[in-house]
Amino acid sequence: MAKVELALQVLTGAEATAHAMRQIQPDVVPVYPITPQTPIIQTFSRFVADGKADTVIVQVESEHSAMSAAVGSALAGARTMTATASQGLALMVEVIYIAAGLRAPIVIAVGNRALSAPINIHGDHSDGMLARDSGAVQIYAQDAQEAYDLMVMAPRIAEHPDVMLPVMVGQDGFQVTHSAEGVALLPDPDVRDFVGPYEIPNPLLGGGASSHGTFAMPDSYFELRHQLVQATEAAEAVYAEVAQDYRRRFGRDLPQIDAYRMEDAERAILLIGSAAGTAKEVVDDLRAEGERVGLVALRLYRPFPHAALRAALAGARRVAVLDRAVSPGAYPPLYSDALGALQGSATTLQSYVYGLGGRDLSQRAVRRAFAELALPAADRIGYLGLGGEDGDGEP
Amino acid sequence: MRAGGTVLPGDVARPRTGGWRTGTRPAVDLSRCVDCLVCWIHCPDTAVRQRGAVFQGFDFDLCKGCAICAEVCPTGAIRMVSEETPLDPGGVLPGTGVLADGQG
Repeated sequence: MAKVELALQVLTGAEATAHAMRQIQPDVVPVYPITPQTPIIQTFSRFVADGKADTVIVQVESEHSAMSAAVGSALAGARTMTATASQGLALMVEVIYIAAGLRAPIVIAVGNRALSAPINIHGDHSDGMLARDSGAVQIYAQDAQEAYDLMVMAPRIAEHPDVMLPVMVGQDGFQVTHSAEGVALLPDPDVRDFVGPYEIPNPLLGGGASSHGTFAMPDSYFELRHQLVQATEAAEAVYAEVAQDYRRRFGRDLPQIDAYRMEDAERAILLIGSAAGTAKEVVDDLRAEGERVGLVALRLYRPFPHAALRAALAGARRVAVLDRAVSPGAYPPLYSDALGALQGSATTLQSYVYGLGGRDLSQRAVRRAFAELALPAADRIGYLGLGGEDGDGEP
Repeated sequence: MRAGGTVLPGDVARPRTGGWRTGTRPAVDLSRCVDCLVCWIHCPDTAVRQRGAVFQGFDFDLCKGCAICAEVCPTGAIRMVSEETPLDPGGVLPGTGVLADGQG
């Protein structure tokens, strides 16, 4: 494994993402600003204005237009990226479905943020869940370094011939987008070499004639949607292949599932995103106290890594699934997905919701979840940090 | 089917949108047709056939029966008739003339 030793720079997740974009140099970036994504495009726009990236930034009047322009651009034959969050992602969702259906490989950086109402600018995963069933690949970073690494990996996943789909690279709003930490950037030529040229079949500006976005009657729609399902499913193996190449070249390991101290763990927490850091601290503390606990954090959420999750949780009897989104009137999305993956296994799951609208997940709350896993299973959704009961947030 | 439903030249050998008609189709009185091809340029479904500047009747495999041709025809040569109305090949009203290529 060729480990690349690089100096750390102090960067926020948003800045690190903008650096990845500068190094990749997408041909076209249609984008509309929205907190907490804005520092991504603001930083990247500065790079372009300073001549550090040769990219056409298309200033549009909404995220719906941003994604619409991105679809045309990607199918025309231009490597295309955009960025959004929250209400902007909500507005974009209609066209994300279209981008996926037309197999347009657009990379979308997302600063995950709560949805209105009430209006709130802070982090949770409600926005990403809106696009959950679109066919777009969804990957989530735990910190600024991962936001950078996953952004570098994203075009390879999006543009792989078996995939050809939008890839959303999520990072928790503020907790990652605006938090400065040490980030090691790869050398520019290495990134460009890793990403390679943009190649899609039958680009609109490729010299041949092609029609995209054609009408599909009942005799063909089902087959085309099934193709989309297969493409999204194929992205799991492609993610693994790209992550393996990334590790081989740069010595950084970002498997689809981050299994932390799961060896002989009887109880575990499953979650997505920046809360993994807090949960790892608690796992370390409880391990020091002799408890057999571990953490599983998903980087790849769509396609959902069913078999890999089943394998990662194989030894655990009880698992608390921590969702940072709700599905009012039903169990939340990650829990439901995990339940499907673990069907027929001996592992039982407990559903928790935490961190809506940017509320911190305290170590005390994570400890409570682990403690409750030692009690008889409760047939209800638990809420961590709600009403200040775990000593975090305001009641 | 190609990924994303992309269609390339030759993928669709013979589109048949004529099945969309709902009871009426255009018919032409050839004695009043002046080969202006206003119908041809307006037809959204390439259902008006022409050779050079000569009107060659309708292709009922493609015609959706929208009646735009009947609406724009400046000489009143085209009108909508029931599917059951017997027509000569190409949609010619019997007894009004024969298409230049003589085909249907």
